[in-house]
Amino acid sequence: MAADGSLAVAGSAEAVGGRPNSLQRFARRRSTIAFVMTVPLLAVIIGLVAYPALFGIYLSMLNRRMTEFVGTFNYELLIESETFWNVFFQSCFFAITAVLLKALIGFWLAHMLHHIPNNRQRKWRGMLLVPWVIPPALSTLGWWWMFDPSYSSINWLLSILSVPEVPWLGHHWWARIAIIMVNVWIGAPFFMIMYLAALKSVPEQLYEAAAIDGATSWQRLRYVTLPMMANIISITVLFSLIVTFANYDIVRVLTNGGPRDLTHVFASYAFQVGILSGNIPRGAAVSLFMFPFLAVCAFFVLRGVVRRNKEQM
Amino acid sequence: MSKHGITRRHVLRNGAGVLAATAVGAPMVHAQGTGGSLRCGFWDHWVPVGNNAIRELCAEWGQKNRVNVQVDFITSVGNQNLLTIAAQAQSRSGHDILAFPTWEPASKADLLEPVDDVMGRLIQKYGPVNAAAEYLGKIRGKWVAVPAVSGTQFKPACVRFDLLQQHAGIDIRAMWPASDTRGPGADSWNWDTFLTAAEKCHAAGHPFGLPMGSFTDAVDWVGACFASFGASVMDARGNVTVRGNAKLRQAVEYVVRLSRFLPDDVWAWDDASNNRALISGRSALIFNPPSAWAVAKRDNPQVAEKCWTVPPPSGPEGRFTPYLPYFWGIWSFSRAKPAAKALLEFLSERTSAEKQTTTSNGYDIPPFTSMSDFAVWANEGPPTGTIYNYPIKPHHNATASIAFAPAPAEFAVQAYQQGLNTKTIARIAQAGETVDQALGWLERELTNIRRGG
Repeated sequence: MAADGSLAVAGSAEAVGGRPNSLQRFARRRSTIAFVMTVPLLAVIIGLVAYPALFGIYLSMLNRRMTEFVGTFNYELLIESETFWNVFFQSCFFAITAVLLKALIGFWLAHMLHHIPNNRQRKWRGMLLVPWVIPPALSTLGWWWMFDPSYSSINWLLSILSVPEVPWLGHHWWARIAIIMVNVWIGAPFFMIMYLAALKSVPEQLYEAAAIDGATSWQRLRYVTLPMMANIISITVLFSLIVTFANYDIVRVLTNGGPRDLTHVFASYAFQVGILSGNIPRGAAVSLFMFPFLAVCAFFVLRGVVRRNKEQM
Repeated sequence: MSKHGITRRHVLRNGAGVLAATAVGAPMVHAQGTGGSLRCGFWDHWVPVGNNAIRELCAEWGQKNRVNVQVDFITSVGNQNLLTIAAQAQSRSGHDILAFPTWEPASKADLLEPVDDVMGRLIQKYGPVNAAAEYLGKIRGKWVAVPAVSGTQFKPACVRFDLLQQHAGIDIRAMWPASDTRGPGADSWNWDTFLTAAEKCHAAGHPFGLPMGSFTDAVDWVGACFASFGASVMDARGNVTVRGNAKLRQAVEYVVRLSRFLPDDVWAWDDASNNRALISGRSALIFNPPSAWAVAKRDNPQVAEKCWTVPPPSGPEGRFTPYLPYFWGIWSFSRAKPAAKALLEFLSERTSAEKQTTTSNGYDIPPFTSMSDFAVWANEGPPTGTIYNYPIKPHHNATASIAFAPAPAEFAVQAYQQGLNTKTIARIAQAGETVDQALGWLERELTNIRRGG
């Protein structure tokens, strides 16, 4: 490469038509070529990520008729709304509880699978992935039939055991539990497969060394497995947290936010306010409310990942 | 130079001349041959053959007027129609005519072509439209959409007459026969009688199936009940009227009392739950259009044979029937406004309206009070005449009601979609709050909606 960063192409322009002009030199620079090659990606990011996000922010700062710029007024109204704080609590409770449960169950399942011989592992992996593969709107509908207020099949099974009926969707705490159960059922296989991949990448020699040192199984888990899986755990949890915060279909199908708005999450409430009630700016404000918190969360998690990578290098 | 005397230049020159002549003449030929094209997005009907009437009527009108009418049917499942409306409003492009659910004309009033001329001619011909349709479709003194026939519904009471007779001693068919007369006891069909009947049927294991969630069936019947007590939560100017409102308190206390005689799970019911309660034979009464009865006719004929539709009970301020209309609107960015207006006028005429209602087995309700006498409502059965009292008839002395009227539509829609009336009841009956606490919450929510503009 030449000193100015351009590619040295032997016997090109000079050989044919003398010294290349400045445009030709600019076009041959590595930085120019790199930029040109990233243009499609930049176009996708600007068109499908940056523009919608900025447009969403802009929308959230308009009045209901979308004719006037009102700054942060929509956010101020949300902060004063009792219903919105219910939605805030429920969204946080739902996302944090569901992600923790998915992580724990996924971790446990991954360990169970890891100890099954490879030739018999495949069928278990396939079966355990089924909930994650079925479209959530469809599987949630199946769950809704099981929780149906009047004809719940789960209640029917409970009645055989003389257990009183459970108001799965009628009482707010049961409804919250039902929503979390369905989310965990759908999402745990994703954690399982990620953790299984991470477990398989832990060098066997580390366990052998730990065994020679007389480490117990808890110590092997604490000082070998977990540190080696830390990055995967962090990224999976972060990814799932964002997706779970944005969850819509489970709440929409199971409870529609009821009873008394106590099971609404940001996405379902934003839809109700924005599309159903015809207040798109306020709906946009609802959906963007968690953006700063999640951005900060993502920043710290990703910084941790980078630090650990540097330490391992 | 070609040996035949035809050069490339000649061909190009003559070809260009032909193309130019075609281009100049095309609009003229187009205008003489057809009236252009019209893109319509109608609501995809629940009743399987319900779309046929619209399709045939559009084809008939298109043929007569030499207009190519393209008809799309957009489902309301998953709120697909609302999303379509929002997308077309944002992009300022799409259909010329679109079906707008209840609150959408008010929400999109600024983007809709006024149709005062169409409504003026129709009202002159067929008399007034019902008050709720006018409240929803006439925004700031202008008709912004035409109240549609297809998709519009009332939600009167669908009663199991055998169960009501057996457990509450009320002969509902004698009270509201399939004729234009009130039978014996019709004057006593009020909310007090209703409460007593609800208690008796509940005790007998056939509770009334009245949903109390935030879906439309729940919000509509509670809204009609509130209206019959004269209870409104916001006046026409947008002032919140909750504090010190004795009529509202009376209505709230009544519905709380009534809710004790409903199934325990009504707080989680959706719009299909009450239908299932009737069809399965569990419930003695629901508020619904005839779709529940129609499904029962197919799935459980023994139940359907014992159903009878009657007006809702009356309250101190009169009788109010829940009403959920569709509208047909023309986008202001449409390029075929005259043709669109002509088609909407044609679809609203009596013969067209009757065709739509008949095709939908009586489900569709025309907005004109003079059109409550179609033969289909008298002939449908079994039992014959079961939906005779489905539309509001003059002898019902009833008013079409939409919850949260007379509040300005832009506020009412938010209160409606959030089910503030049913949630107020739920806070008392389910969460154990006092009436004052629940009304305080309601006042704060409405104030918040009002401040948002």
